[in-house]
Amino acid sequence: MNLATIAWKSVRQRGLASSLTGVSVALGIMLMVMVLVIYGILQNTFNQRSINYSLIVGAKGDPLQLVLSTVYHVSPPIENLPYRLYLDLKKDPRVEVAIPLAMGDVTEEGNFAIVGTLPEFFERDYAPKRPFLVKGTAFHQPFDAFIGSRVASENGWNLGTKLKLRHGGAAGDHVHDEEFTVVGVIAPTGTPHDKTVYVNLEGFYQISGHDKPLDEAIKREREFYGEPPLDADGLAAEMKKIQAKYGVHDHAHGHDHAHHGHAHETPPVQKEVTSILIACKSDTAGLMLQGEMKKGYKAQAVNPIFPMQKLMNDILGPVKQLLLAMTGMIVLVSGIGIFVSIYSSMSARGREIAIMRALGAQRSTVFTIILVESIILCLGGGLLGLLLGHGMVFVAAPIVEVQTGLIVNPLAFELAELVLFPALLLMSILVGFLPGMTAYKTDVAEALSNS
Amino acid sequence: MSLELRDVVKTYREPGGGRLPVLKIASFSLAAGEQAVLVGSSGGGKTTLLNIIAGITAADSGEVLVDRTDLTKLPEAARDRFRAERIGYVFQTFNLLQAFTALENVLLGMSFGGRHADRSAAIELLKRVGLGHRLHHKPAQLSVGEQQRTSVARALVNTPKLLLADEPTANVDAANQQTILDLLRTSCRENGVSLLLVTHAPEVANQFDRVEKLADFNNPVPQIAAR
Repeated sequence: MNLATIAWKSVRQRGLASSLTGVSVALGIMLMVMVLVIYGILQNTFNQRSINYSLIVGAKGDPLQLVLSTVYHVSPPIENLPYRLYLDLKKDPRVEVAIPLAMGDVTEEGNFAIVGTLPEFFERDYAPKRPFLVKGTAFHQPFDAFIGSRVASENGWNLGTKLKLRHGGAAGDHVHDEEFTVVGVIAPTGTPHDKTVYVNLEGFYQISGHDKPLDEAIKREREFYGEPPLDADGLAAEMKKIQAKYGVHDHAHGHDHAHHGHAHETPPVQKEVTSILIACKSDTAGLMLQGEMKKGYKAQAVNPIFPMQKLMNDILGPVKQLLLAMTGMIVLVSGIGIFVSIYSSMSARGREIAIMRALGAQRSTVFTIILVESIILCLGGGLLGLLLGHGMVFVAAPIVEVQTGLIVNPLAFELAELVLFPALLLMSILVGFLPGMTAYKTDVAEALSNS
Repeated sequence: MSLELRDVVKTYREPGGGRLPVLKIASFSLAAGEQAVLVGSSGGGKTTLLNIIAGITAADSGEVLVDRTDLTKLPEAARDRFRAERIGYVFQTFNLLQAFTALENVLLGMSFGGRHADRSAAIELLKRVGLGHRLHHKPAQLSVGEQQRTSVARALVNTPKLLLADEPTANVDAANQQTILDLLRTSCRENGVSLLLVTHAPEVANQFDRVEKLADFNNPVPQIAAR
């Protein structure tokens, strides 16, 4: 019979006290694991590898909101930008790639984010050295759509599936009549792309209500660029010029593709984008563009790394530290509980210790047995806490996803968790030391005579 | 010679700072396989003597040779190991661990001597003491006689050279008293184990050829004298 077996017998003999102290350790470790795993998920989600563009251009406002809405679809967009800005940036010699994004709608089924974009979006790696892998055909027709892997699995969609868009994202908002056809399913990326439906930007504008009334669009574009407003005659002349080039095209006044069965090009002035992804040819070019945006336009260019770093370091980091400190206190208190449990049992166990000593157990042996008891309770509780913590993450993952839109890997594991067990081992040694010494010092003859 | 005591003295510290003599044994020996009984009044130092022989309590002076090893010369850890390997001890109150089954209590006796705990030997021994059907019962589920038989099995499981029994029949009824006594004597005889049994019961002492008396230790200091 080895010492661990003897110690385990003792733990079992004090079943209730052992269970309570072990569970208290488990609860503390469970909370710690959850904090570590959830923070790890947030860190992985929000780190710079989630995006392969150096700048995000969007309306002026909170840079963090711009990044969260553009990359993670977890925050409402700030405001729209004129399509002309995209065209300007595309032509800018400092820009390698410019991709417009139009957002705001969700799928009728499953509330997955809809993003209108260009086929070029899929030609660039979504993260460095991580290209999009798409099953299906190219994304060329106005009402073509690519869907993320989670959209496909959760909605049971596949190539050829027809889908409709719910305007605005709220449950009460109306569903557009136009249908998009799934022509591609994106392989899992572990990023927000998995929960996104990408539709052809041209089709996005052809949905009724997605293009602005022509007069309003002209006014907004001039206002954005700081150009003087047109008088009534000037506005009418401008509208006439555009209508002559693109035809009369006003969804706001009853012109609906779904009803008359055709698609035609939307005048650029009536198009708006939510944000523009920019890959610059150099870091300097990026800095210059950021500086120009600050001065000239009602727009901002944000390097997505910095707001996310700020979020992680200034807000989530301290919160994580605080939560870890609090859960650490819980573990510490439970350690004290184990100490009290074992130490208070020592007076009643003097005879038991003396019997083992009389049978030939050395002082160091009985000391070790008590220490092993402490280790069993601490590490056993820790192991239980680890399982509970990951169990909670596993159970909570789909709920968190629904509530926040973030992708939560239910099997996520953090390397920092490995530190918990050496720490618990150290705690168990500290906790078991004093009771162990009590056992060590037991006077065998006296303890046996008292029995 | 299995046991030899020479000029063993034991005193206890008194509250006033003086020393209270409890034991003074000029000479005592027990041959290999010999069985002897030690009688004396209650509180007369019998248990102290057994504890000194077992190496549980250190004598103030003198020599305690068990199987030709002087325990007084050994450090405590070595005495513990020696006790685990070569001395069996049967207590008056059985001293079984309540959380352990009868088999586990016997296995516990094999756990501290540095030898592999032989489960089949433990089971065999329990069968020999008539507890083959009680292997997995805890002490509380055993009768008093069965508990003492378990403690006898535990004391014998390491095939010791010397078995010390401290009032082994004091807490059992008359029927069990004889059973325990027969078990102890037969087992020791069969295995060539020396037996030193302490008792204050004349009916137990009378069954032994050799009876030693530990005189009242208060005045004069007790001496062992051969009968």
